[in-house]
Amino acid sequence: MLTHATPGSQAFLCNTANTKPIMTINRTLERAALATPAAMSSRLRGLSDRAIAWLFIGPTMLILLVINIFPLIWTIKLSFTNYRANRPNANVTDVGIDNYVAVLTDPDIWLAMQNTAHFLFWTILLQMLIGFTLAYLIDRKFRGHGFWTTMILIPMMLSPAVVGNFWAFLYQPQVGLFNYSAALLSGVSASSFSMLGSVTLAPWAIVIVDTWMWTPYVMLICLAGLRSIPDYIYEAAEVDRASKWRQFWSITLPMVMPFIMLAVLFRGIENFKMFDMVNLLTSGGPGSATELASITLKREAFEKWRTGYSSAFAIILFVAVFGMANMYVKALNYVKNR
Amino acid sequence: MSQGISTAHSVVEPSDTSRWIAGFLVALYAIITITPLAWIILTGFKNPADAISYPPKVIFTPTTQGYCNLFTTRSRQTPEYIAALPATEAHCEQIARADNTVVAGTSNYIPRFVNSLIIAFGSTILSVGLGVMAAYAFSRFKVPLKDDLLFFILSTRMMPPIAVAIPIYLMYRELGLSDTRTGMILLYTAVNISLAVWLLKGFIDEIPREYEEAAMVDGYTRLQAFRKVVLPQATTGIVATAIFCLIFSWNEYAFAVLLTSGEAQTAPPFIPIIIGEGGQDWPAVAAGTTLFLVPILVFTVLLRKHLLRGITFGAVRK
Amino acid sequence: MKTLLKKLLALAGISLATALCLGAAPAQAQDKTITLCWAAWDPANALVELSKDFTAKSGVKMKFEFVPWPNFADRMLNELNSKGKLCDLMIGDSQWIGGSAESGHYVKLNDFFAKEGIKMTDFAPATVTGYAEWPKNTPNYWALPAMADAVGWTYRKDWFAKPELRAEFKKKFNRGLAAPKTWTEFKQVSEFFQGRVVDGKKVYGAYIYTERGSEGITMGVTNVLYPMGFKYQDPKKPYAMDGFVNSADAVKALEFYKSIYKGSTAPGMTNAYMGEGLDAFKSGQVAMQMNFFAFFPGLNKDPVVGGDKIGFFANPSDKGKGVQLGGQGISVVAYSPNQKEALQYIKWFADPAIQKKWQAVGGASAHNAVLNDPGYAESAPYAPAFMESMNMVVDFWAEPSYAELLQAMQKRVHDYVIADKGTAKEALDALVVDWKKIFKEDGKLK
Repeated sequence: MLTHATPGSQAFLCNTANTKPIMTINRTLERAALATPAAMSSRLRGLSDRAIAWLFIGPTMLILLVINIFPLIWTIKLSFTNYRANRPNANVTDVGIDNYVAVLTDPDIWLAMQNTAHFLFWTILLQMLIGFTLAYLIDRKFRGHGFWTTMILIPMMLSPAVVGNFWAFLYQPQVGLFNYSAALLSGVSASSFSMLGSVTLAPWAIVIVDTWMWTPYVMLICLAGLRSIPDYIYEAAEVDRASKWRQFWSITLPMVMPFIMLAVLFRGIENFKMFDMVNLLTSGGPGSATELASITLKREAFEKWRTGYSSAFAIILFVAVFGMANMYVKALNYVKNR
Repeated sequence: MSQGISTAHSVVEPSDTSRWIAGFLVALYAIITITPLAWIILTGFKNPADAISYPPKVIFTPTTQGYCNLFTTRSRQTPEYIAALPATEAHCEQIARADNTVVAGTSNYIPRFVNSLIIAFGSTILSVGLGVMAAYAFSRFKVPLKDDLLFFILSTRMMPPIAVAIPIYLMYRELGLSDTRTGMILLYTAVNISLAVWLLKGFIDEIPREYEEAAMVDGYTRLQAFRKVVLPQATTGIVATAIFCLIFSWNEYAFAVLLTSGEAQTAPPFIPIIIGEGGQDWPAVAAGTTLFLVPILVFTVLLRKHLLRGITFGAVRK
Repeated sequence: MKTLLKKLLALAGISLATALCLGAAPAQAQDKTITLCWAAWDPANALVELSKDFTAKSGVKMKFEFVPWPNFADRMLNELNSKGKLCDLMIGDSQWIGGSAESGHYVKLNDFFAKEGIKMTDFAPATVTGYAEWPKNTPNYWALPAMADAVGWTYRKDWFAKPELRAEFKKKFNRGLAAPKTWTEFKQVSEFFQGRVVDGKKVYGAYIYTERGSEGITMGVTNVLYPMGFKYQDPKKPYAMDGFVNSADAVKALEFYKSIYKGSTAPGMTNAYMGEGLDAFKSGQVAMQMNFFAFFPGLNKDPVVGGDKIGFFANPSDKGKGVQLGGQGISVVAYSPNQKEALQYIKWFADPAIQKKWQAVGGASAHNAVLNDPGYAESAPYAPAFMESMNMVVDFWAEPSYAELLQAMQKRVHDYVIADKGTAKEALDALVVDWKKIFKEDGKLK
């Protein structure tokens, strides 16, 4: 019997079964407590479980409420007004849902969402494929795998902003390493293409950098999944003369799937909000080819100072992620319960 | 205690050839992905002209000018002025004078680096500390609306930082937390707590309740059982979570650039804007990037065993 | 495990305590210190040196807050809009004047100038209008002109002097290879160098601004728009833009800028502003570089491309003359608690002797005492070009809504020139629509 698993919690990812129901244990303790003299029983219990629960969860909830909820409510309030942060003294009027209508009918916003969708799709796909492959290969446990694993992890430890900044340097056709290497390897002239300069190549440029940075993250999670599959299942399969291929498809992949899906969840949420790396790499250009949702949001909020409008956009983005994550987590539960 | 952490799952040990091929492919991938980083590290040792040379220079004479430029501010003077100055032993001063500049003071890099240390480690400790307590409570107790609360915690990660930056900026200004390290620590803690609670709940769920229950029957209070039984077993999980939280706080940019300026600014907003004579001082930027990577690298390598073990999310078998 | 845990907890406790102590403790100096905010570039470093004289004379210590150009507007405008007290003195961009004046960010300086005998007639008229006045062309002053700047051009004098190149150019165009005076000449020269092998390396004709994020491509394209007849509005009717912003001349000019981008620039320059230009010129990639005069002192002294190798010229003309104004004025922030000391600084800075020193250490003074000095034209190789430029400067909108006007132009121009979207006429027509909307929201248009 699996413990009551909450969405995405790690508990259900590993096949641990709590054999004794909680109720039995509590009842045992209660009986023990009731049976002992008063003084000893209170020592047995100490601070009541209820008090501890409050004590342990309280501070976390408090911080989250103050730092996350309060700004959220403020943003919601702002989204119904025409407030502009650069005219703090101007009259602020309530405009109802005008901002929301304007956001949803703005073609530039839809373009930004398209760019974001393209970015999300390709980064997640590539990172899943490469990350899982790497984890699978590392799990072969060849000599020196610890060292190479640590090497692979390094890009993940850099700051995304700093990465965006120096990849702009690396992508420079004249002085940068990327075109130079491409020229060395393929004979194409180094200055014949520009990753950041072409409207068709720039979206791929950002996908490449993000994949470079975060594949190790996906790899780690898949590695965890691979290592959590117990030996005896494979032993049983061997006994049944299942081929390696069959083993992979019916044992490995399904049991690692929840881990992969978790990695996709976290990476998806992060990349939906992606701002610093892309902003420092392309500033959303050329034109608006790599203008992701957060970059548009920043432009509206901090360059055009249309605070009310950008708040509406932020709320729409939040609701979108919230809704998608909700559906996704339900799917995750389904996979886990299968 | 945990029985047999599962290591190799392939029962028939992978053959030597398949091991060799796997090793080769992984090493190849590692080399390809490390090359851009290696280039940046090398750029830290080039002089500014070599750094932007066209075509790129693979062979060059190394110099510490990039590092000197990172740590100092210089002002350009006339050659006569420089010739008239007394001779100097200071290494960076000599390099500066060779370029017709004099060292005018220390740059802001070290204060930014220290800010990063304080804010990142402070918020990691706070978020892991609070997170492990909350995770324990969620794991062991019947908390009302547990599922919803846990999803709520996850949802706090979903808002783009740009969106909450203005309300938080205004709120912080009112509270006097604007551009302070305390303010940034609280902010990063709030962001990291969601990850901490989710990861740690998973680890703690793996630890059988029987151990604490047995301890409590032996006379420990719940709190003592938590401290003496659960926490030690969760150490690998705590370390793994701490590493992820640290990496996030260490490298965070959006909030840092919008909410800090002189006092509490961390290194990530600072490094991309290291300016030389008008343009970016690429060797200094590269040097700054390299140095900034070092603490995280050291921390991760030292705790690597914990990380790789903890990554199995404690595959405890009954 | 246990010892590791103990160590972690101990480390936790210490770090947290330290962190909270350090974080909460305010660091205030006891003597008077005022903070000056500017962009982080060479002239700012020069000002640090110069200001030591102020501290020596008045005893007021100076602190500096420099933010590099790409983030300068975001950071500082955020600061002003939230009535921040970080800056006592602000050397803000010329375009902020409208917003800062109307929102009360800057202290109006008329009374102070009158009291201290600081006369605006002592400064070059273009700089007074550009950096100090709001509304424009009225005697309401919100800043003292601090840094006179405009867009100018550098070129590789040594390449232009090569005999074989001179001969070839003469044969092709029947005139000597020299710094271009008109845009037509410019195109000839830039295409002449495009793709040519000079000193063993392939080089390119020109470097122009194309940056998308803040203001780059606008600051570049206006240098072609102004001479070719673009106007922001009907001179007789404010905010009437049809036929002036999108006139036939303007369309031609925009197309011309794109043709330079496509045919005369190095590959990969799709998001390039001041820093990239310096990199490109210093690494020997281009024959001519567009950049602000503020960088020319440094370029002149560059060991690789400076000295004899570098030459300077003012923005080419076409039907008329015009060049994009740069530069800033220094203002007192209205939220500062140290206004008295800040005004002291302004008084010190306005002194002609200090202005001369400012010019000498690498600033660009706007004071007549410096500009009209007989030795000025010979003081530096770029001085004649600079004087020529300051006589034909035009500035972008300085309205309170300038940021949105700028963003609209950035988007339309970048989409057309770099991202190949639509035609020049469509881009400018769309820009007029954008600008009308912004002015309507602002109440300047019905």
